[in-house]
Amino acid sequence: MAMTMTQKILADHAGLPEVRAGQLIRAKLDLVLGNDITTPVAINEFEKHGLSGVFNRDKIAIVLDHFTPNKDIKAAEQSKQCREFAKCNGITHFYDVGQMGIEHALLPEQGLVAAGEAVIGADSHTCTYGALGAFSTGVGSTDMAAGMATGECWFKVPSAIRVRLTGQPKKWIGGKDVVLTLIGMIGVDGARYQSLEFTGDGVAALSMDDRFAIANMAIEAGAKNGIFPVDEATIAYMKGRVNREYQVYEADADAPYEKTVEIDLSELRPVVACPHLPSNTKPADEVNDIAIDQVVIGSCTNGRLSDLATAAEIIKGRKVAENVRVIVIPATQHIYREAMRLGYLYTFIEAGCAVSTPTCGPCLGGHMGIMAAGERTVATTNRNFVGRMGDPSSEIYLAGPAVAAASAILGRIASPEEIEQGGN
Amino acid sequence: MQANGTVFVYGDNVDTDVIIPARYLNSSDPKHLASHCMEDIDAAFAQKVRPGDIIVGGSNFGCGSSREHAPLAIKSCGVSCVIAKSFARIFYRNSINIGLAILECPQAAENIRQRDEISIDFDSGVITNKTREETYQAEPFPEFIREIINADGLLNSLSKC
Ligand code: SF4
Repeated sequence: MAMTMTQKILADHAGLPEVRAGQLIRAKLDLVLGNDITTPVAINEFEKHGLSGVFNRDKIAIVLDHFTPNKDIKAAEQSKQCREFAKCNGITHFYDVGQMGIEHALLPEQGLVAAGEAVIGADSHTCTYGALGAFSTGVGSTDMAAGMATGECWFKVPSAIRVRLTGQPKKWIGGKDVVLTLIGMIGVDGARYQSLEFTGDGVAALSMDDRFAIANMAIEAGAKNGIFPVDEATIAYMKGRVNREYQVYEADADAPYEKTVEIDLSELRPVVACPHLPSNTKPADEVNDIAIDQVVIGSCTNGRLSDLATAAEIIKGRKVAENVRVIVIPATQHIYREAMRLGYLYTFIEAGCAVSTPTCGPCLGGHMGIMAAGERTVATTNRNFVGRMGDPSSEIYLAGPAVAAASAILGRIASPEEIEQGGN
Repeated sequence: MQANGTVFVYGDNVDTDVIIPARYLNSSDPKHLASHCMEDIDAAFAQKVRPGDIIVGGSNFGCGSSREHAPLAIKSCGVSCVIAKSFARIFYRNSINIGLAILECPQAAENIRQRDEISIDFDSGVITNKTREETYQAEPFPEFIREIINADGLLNSLSKC
């Protein structure tokens, strides 16, 4: 029976010749991930049930990224609990302040995920690694605890939607514009319980950072996972990072897809997702009369080096608008250092931005940029739900780094073209 | 297995950020989570809810983050079941994994109103609306999932085998 790329990976990890949509399976895992919020709940469960130890100390990653450097005493206790668990169980891939980055930027960067692998993470944006041609999906803390103990997880085999990308994107169009456009087309539950499988000659036109941003937000369409084919760019990215054998899977030519969504990359314009759903998308230049209080450039969606490069290109030699607080957060220590070496951080600071050590921080309303009542932020993050970044009456407009940087300069939602046309 | 209670009705796309806002995730203590449950869309929920009460949502209930704190907050409030037109998938599996009963039933989600009294028979999937004298049929759980719920969660089911 013909299978999708996701189904093939799941079948192999379940030790089955084939699987079909809807089937319940138990699959072997190549990596189990948790963070400083979800790991403590998993540890409590792990200990409460007297589970004796982890299945493989090299196949668990614990990253302290959400409330770190610790924002308060309770957060510090949670980090401490993770740290002690990691030490006690000899967890190889434990990342604390100073080495850590936002988990979904960090794991691929450190070579902890490779094509064809099966990964669960107690964080919904674990779907990010689909960019590498891996099956990866977000689960909860109990799944994490069970995964750490057994190296396995139960899954319902998903059906799939095929997203065919064609054409070449114009300047300023990045992965965020692609994925927000897609979510605007299919809605926040348009791919619920399904895989999003990206195909088409447009894939080659997208950088790995673009693909990470797209796979990252598969969950915002309700998908179980998003996955890209493995091509030269993927292999080049893994080279030097992944030092183990990996397997490249391809969907069968006659794989069953529930439907196909076509996106012509050459037609895309910079978009924003207006409050309070990621599907509430509009072209950035059609919402240009909205004044803003804050801009956040960072997160597991758009805190990578090319995102900072794009923002720096727009901000260089300009000043951020009066009354706008601009916060830039490189996603990992490596990105932070590269952004420093390449002069981006200097550009940001000179323009009047605040630059932070890697953290999730404001993305989930944790710390480092919380909004007061009625305030508005343009953010390169992935969720604009009510209260996500502060007071329930505050508003988040989601955008890529180009729109966020242009908005920072003009003090209102703006498209990058306005800056190019001398809008400063 | 049966549940009986008064209903709290919410709309579509109730996300995990409103079920339990991230600002409270610096602790996973069930009592702490319960006291802030639904706070951003229904400030009085934590005071009003009684053991056994039932939440009814629209489509895509529980969308957003993977935080198990969300079903945990709901369960810790004493809620006996969440019924919705459809659930976001991580919320669905988390609820099952921690032993919070949830049922997908579009017909029930459309017809049940605020403060209705309902009862649920989990074995048959029949939901009875005592206030309106109506019944709705939900899909009963598949065997595999029933085993997890009956064991009161995934880890209990693991430690049994
Ligand atoms: S950056 Fe935001 S979305 Fe990404 S892992 Fe952190 S909190 Fe979650």
